[in-house]
Amino acid sequence: MATTIHEPPQIDHPHTDDFSNGGGRNLIPADGDLRLTIDHSPPPTSSAIWVVVFAVSMMFAAFTSALFVRKGSSLDWQSFSLPSILYFTTLVLIASSVTLEIARRRITAFMRGFQTGVENPARWLYVTLFLGLVFVAGQYVAWLQLRAEGLYLATNPSSSFFYLLTVTHALHVLGGLGGIIYILSKLHRGILRRNQLVASARYWHFMDVLWIYLLLLLLMKL
Amino acid sequence: MHDMSAPAVHHHAPPTSFIRKHVFSLDHKVIGKQYYDMALVAAIIGMILSWIMRIHLAWTNAAIPGLQLLSKTGAPGGVLTPEYYLQLMTMHGTIMVFFVLTTAPFAAFGNFFLPIQVGAEDMPFPHFNMMSFWVTFTGFIVLLASFFVSDGPTLGGWTQYAPLNAVGAIAGPGQGMGVILWMASIALFCVGQLLGSLNFIPTTLDLRTKGMSLMRLPLTTWAWFITSCMGLTAFAVLMPACILAILDHVAGTSFFVPSNLVISDQLQQHSGGSTLLWQHLFWFFGHPEVYIAIIPGIGIVSHILITNMRRPLLSHRVIIYSMGALAVLSYMVYGHHMFVSGMNPYSALAFSFPTLIITIPATIIVLIQIFSLYGSKLRINSASLFALGFISMFVSGGVSGFFLAQPSIDIMLHATYFVVGHFHMVMAVAAMFGIFAGTYFWAPKMFGRMMNETLGKIHFWLSFVGAYCIFMPFHYLGIVGNVRRYSVFVDDYLQPLLPVHKFITVAALLTGAAQAIFLYNLIHTRFWGKPASDNPWEGTSLEWSTTTPPPFDNWGGKLPVVYHDPYQYGVESSVGDYVMQASPEQVKTENDEQ
Repeated sequence: MATTIHEPPQIDHPHTDDFSNGGGRNLIPADGDLRLTIDHSPPPTSSAIWVVVFAVSMMFAAFTSALFVRKGSSLDWQSFSLPSILYFTTLVLIASSVTLEIARRRITAFMRGFQTGVENPARWLYVTLFLGLVFVAGQYVAWLQLRAEGLYLATNPSSSFFYLLTVTHALHVLGGLGGIIYILSKLHRGILRRNQLVASARYWHFMDVLWIYLLLLLLMKL
Repeated sequence: MHDMSAPAVHHHAPPTSFIRKHVFSLDHKVIGKQYYDMALVAAIIGMILSWIMRIHLAWTNAAIPGLQLLSKTGAPGGVLTPEYYLQLMTMHGTIMVFFVLTTAPFAAFGNFFLPIQVGAEDMPFPHFNMMSFWVTFTGFIVLLASFFVSDGPTLGGWTQYAPLNAVGAIAGPGQGMGVILWMASIALFCVGQLLGSLNFIPTTLDLRTKGMSLMRLPLTTWAWFITSCMGLTAFAVLMPACILAILDHVAGTSFFVPSNLVISDQLQQHSGGSTLLWQHLFWFFGHPEVYIAIIPGIGIVSHILITNMRRPLLSHRVIIYSMGALAVLSYMVYGHHMFVSGMNPYSALAFSFPTLIITIPATIIVLIQIFSLYGSKLRINSASLFALGFISMFVSGGVSGFFLAQPSIDIMLHATYFVVGHFHMVMAVAAMFGIFAGTYFWAPKMFGRMMNETLGKIHFWLSFVGAYCIFMPFHYLGIVGNVRRYSVFVDDYLQPLLPVHKFITVAALLTGAAQAIFLYNLIHTRFWGKPASDNPWEGTSLEWSTTTPPPFDNWGGKLPVVYHDPYQYGVESSVGDYVMQASPEQVKTENDEQ
């Protein structure tokens, strides 16, 4: 575990000053009647993470439609049972979302000064990181199990889609782990902004939801 | 008057080294210019390829000096083989659609001007922005690399239909490594554009300066914003399609290759793939791509016309809503590219209706532009001429779209030059005119110097007349049944059409040569042109409020504040017949948002 942080990191104040962006909320009419309001526009990171979520969703939507079309277009589809370790990794990923949410709440409280350096605020992030790595390792074990059964990428369209979906998802999970490492690095340097933490958490939860969707898809269609 | 300007807080310090300033720059303005220059090089390559094809079509046995250096087997003695003709055609289409028509109006101008027009000091994620360009550039290099592999680039057309895109070298020259490089290039391009959207969308939503409400955004900003939303959806689908094709190619999967496929007397070791699956995935991207190329042009042209008419368009909002409608509808019409794929006639009908409906917002946009022009005292300059040329091309090419939208007619015309004429006018030339208009209009701000107006006008008239001479006859050729994609016209019924092809080729050579005027003008301007003032066109939007060229943080340490709608012309103010968005001056206007 990392060393305890004694000084709270920089507090991410909501914008209340004049020079914030998101101009539509601070509309100044031409007659000069200044109507300044508190700007609640979200920082760009918040919008950006939704952009990422949307793009990744479109990508998996494309894969899903390909799966449906491919399965319906020929009789060569051979179903197989999913490796049981996938149920374990599913639980691990759900648990990691829970730990990340705990981490997010504690760090937010820590940043706002509600909680001082009694407890290492990064602890639950490390737990999340560990669980994420366990998930990826579990997926790797699932691929090894399928390989041992003689199911390779090109063996059958069903195995092709299995590898395609799980590997692509795992790569995105690795991206999420990179995000958590980035957050940890910022936290330890005392320059973490709350919206960065929130964005990483949203992405991670999205990976969780996406995996559950993929698991159900694989269960129903493979 | 209150000083409402606020201190800008830049995310990163100005660079000092040459590499950070001009190569791996984080500055959106430099990245915009990098995109522009890449598109310029791509356009020159694409145009030379079209020249070669046109010469071959008109004079089949003519040897083109030096062509054998490009490919000894593809052009022995300087004469194209049919296969190499298709390879050059594929590269022409791919380079032009992806690396010119998408990058120049959207990525180049958008990168440079979107943050400035919203009053931001940069994009929110400059590193991703830099990556966006360099990933796209790598994709461009990977595509060009296919010229230099053993059997050359792929010959499958810019649509890369399955199964020939997935079975390997047995499908013909370039179908081995050439296809892999094509797929890799386009996948990289998709990543680059997704990274672009990642910056464009938050910049528009979250980095607008004080007073810049959504309806106060200039039409260009709206166009780039809508385009980035479209790109987000379209490129996120094309990329997985490319991944599937690469897997079919190198890993032996069967996503797109059907069973019992025999090519060159050899049974392919694939089973059960769906060739139509590729078409669905490709055209789900492909049709919105048409609008990704043209919507920025609509924004640019509207912006330029307004500035030169000295009055706003009849309706700012309706143009925005129409561009949004184009974007949404573009995802519902893609099946009209597949009318000849053997689809269920009811499906064809389902795609035909929205295809006809999408002409409504397009028509609304054009009518608003034309009726706004009526009675205005348009300032005639290179930018406004090209803007008018854009409308002309968009209408001329769009009219033939009505014919192609109907399955019964499309089946007859689909494989003919009618389609080539249609999409070249409505998408390619129109978008190119939008790029030219944007260049003449914004060169002062981008390069700090004025382009030569006389050369610009000569360039316009030669390009305008030349484009009609090239592409209008295509429609005639198509109606009389001239098949496209043929490298040689040997059938009896095609022989009488050869004079038309020769006319088109001469027009293409002359029109292409006329682009040298633009190239000279651009290069001369960038180094030796007359220095530009901050607001040479008396514009109102924020790019004209900052210095020429803009400082590193765009605003010299003070963010602007917006007081007015974007196009307040025809008013009486202290500076003339306009009031700038960032001017706190109170003037009598009818349109300001209250």
